[in-house]
Amino acid sequence: MKKTATGLTRRLWLAFAALALCGVALNGQQRQGRGQGAGTPNPGRGGAPPNLDNVAVHVLPVQGSVYMLVGAGGNVTVQVGKEGVLLVDTSFAQMSDKIVAEVRKLSDKPIRYIVNTHAHPDHIGGNENISKVGSTIGGGNVGADAPTGATIIAHENVLNRMSAPTGTQAPFPVAAWPTDTYVSRQKEVYFNDEAVVIMHQPTAHTDGDSIVYFRRSDVISTGDVFVTTTFPIIDRQRGGSLAGIIKSLNLLLDLAIPRDKQEGGTYLIPGHGRLCDEADLLEYRDMVTIVRDRIDDLVKKGMTLDQVKAAKPTLDYEGRYGAASGPWTTEMFIEAVYNEMRGASAKK
Amino acid sequence: MDALRRVKFAAGFVLVTALIVGRPAGGQTLQQSRGIDLSGEWAPRFHEDQPERIPGPDIGDYLGLPINAAARLHADSWDASLLTLPEHQCKPHPADYSPRGPANLRLWKEIETATQQVIAWHTHISWQAPERTIYMDDRPHPPEYAAHTWQGFSTGKWEGDVLVVTTTHLKMGWIRRNGVPRSDRATLVERFIRHGDVLTLISWINDPIYLEEPFVRTTNWALDPRQNIAAYPCQAVVEVDRPQGIVPHHLPGTNTFLNEFPTKFNIPAEATRGGAETMYPEYILKLQAMRKPAAK
Repeated sequence: MKKTATGLTRRLWLAFAALALCGVALNGQQRQGRGQGAGTPNPGRGGAPPNLDNVAVHVLPVQGSVYMLVGAGGNVTVQVGKEGVLLVDTSFAQMSDKIVAEVRKLSDKPIRYIVNTHAHPDHIGGNENISKVGSTIGGGNVGADAPTGATIIAHENVLNRMSAPTGTQAPFPVAAWPTDTYVSRQKEVYFNDEAVVIMHQPTAHTDGDSIVYFRRSDVISTGDVFVTTTFPIIDRQRGGSLAGIIKSLNLLLDLAIPRDKQEGGTYLIPGHGRLCDEADLLEYRDMVTIVRDRIDDLVKKGMTLDQVKAAKPTLDYEGRYGAASGPWTTEMFIEAVYNEMRGASAKK
Repeated sequence: MDALRRVKFAAGFVLVTALIVGRPAGGQTLQQSRGIDLSGEWAPRFHEDQPERIPGPDIGDYLGLPINAAARLHADSWDASLLTLPEHQCKPHPADYSPRGPANLRLWKEIETATQQVIAWHTHISWQAPERTIYMDDRPHPPEYAAHTWQGFSTGKWEGDVLVVTTTHLKMGWIRRNGVPRSDRATLVERFIRHGDVLTLISWINDPIYLEEPFVRTTNWALDPRQNIAAYPCQAVVEVDRPQGIVPHHLPGTNTFLNEFPTKFNIPAEATRGGAETMYPEYILKLQAMRKPAAK
């Protein structure tokens, strides 16, 4: 598999681009048959960005002061209030104008914060464009004139992935980089009368994942540690792992509290796909755990990768999450899990 | 045109115009839109499928279910211990299964005061107390990216005296209480039919993920004006102290309970595995062939 200039494999880039188009497929259409990937337009083998000219952005009120924007790219979370606007992720750069237009319908206050859940282009592509139209409140020792644009918050590993050592070409322009990174377990912001907790999820989808918990609104923006459209995409080259994803899903289950009858309560905005609550998350967590257990069992029996694939350990979930073709196929998912289970088995 | 023909033409014109103009914007005439009154307290009747609905189905009993291989594996892997996890304990039955359980039913209508039109029907069922709204005002179903719920999003229309309800946006659920799944991509179409004091519900599930063919079943109630449905609070508790993240399930090929059902009823194991063909009378011939002792 060839690596691109950014160090990410071409397949994974294509996977993220294809995930980006989930929004296109989700725009009011009931997908049929075999999962997301089979029906997903190919974004182009040359790695060119998909044509998103005709993709609309839709706004879904979630609860409290939080909204979900659905279009191409990852879902964008918007929190609005008297102090301004906070966005979680910015989708592709091509979607920026449409996203800003929808945000302006929700609030005429400045965009103050952008939080990046991870460093993939379908989630941070609009950083530069959207931060430009926002503003940070400057002052104190920094000086009132120093900050320009919205503050971009992310785990430090996101900055590491988007930047490059001096003298080498960075994969993203400086203006798109996070301006406020954290290295601890979590970062806390109080904005629009609401505690916003940004929690690092180590070695999950990548090594820089954050989930964003809006405590008053009772909404969690999960990034790609939880999606409803595919089997988990494990970016192992960027520090991701199935074990980390499962750990993150279990944390989300702890944070989410349903209302009566296991419905609603805490809402979750997944990285891709539809709005969810704990029951939806639970099904996904169960699925990922069961598939992990099955493949682990086959690895422990000494099966080769081909034998594991032939055993169809994902059969009962393929119609919902699988893909026979496209950038992130069921076989690629099985292979990623197989390699991780083999590695774990070898360490024991 | 003679005078008589002119009168006939004029009368016909007036009649047709009246029919067109008198038709509400919703698409159904006022008379049609009334349907029959389904309101009331309805007590379930269990003469159909009683062993499945009350004591509960046996593990591995997929007889007569048009399930595919994916559903079969899912059900084979299902472990009832899953329901000991706190997050699973207070799940209500989804809209398509709820009428099958201990299903004392209340049906009531919501009337818009100004027009006296029925704008919605509501249902309440006893076990876990799920409530549904069936919108009668021709509103569209939400986009796919909207949340799915246990009861889904339902719209209804009258076909004569039959209330036809279409439901989308269901959460992942089940069509039998032994792990046979129904996906969140399924569509449910129901027909509520009242004959005097008897209510019949015909439900039709289309599931592109887990069914080979639509799954159709009927359920009945009798009017019971003295019925009072009790509240159904649910509080999840930790029943088994386990490490976080454990999900009870059977690995493929390890569920020994699957053998119990065919043994208990002396049914060929192959027949218990379900599939569309097991729904049809012709399958009896195949079943008889399975029963023949192997030639010596």
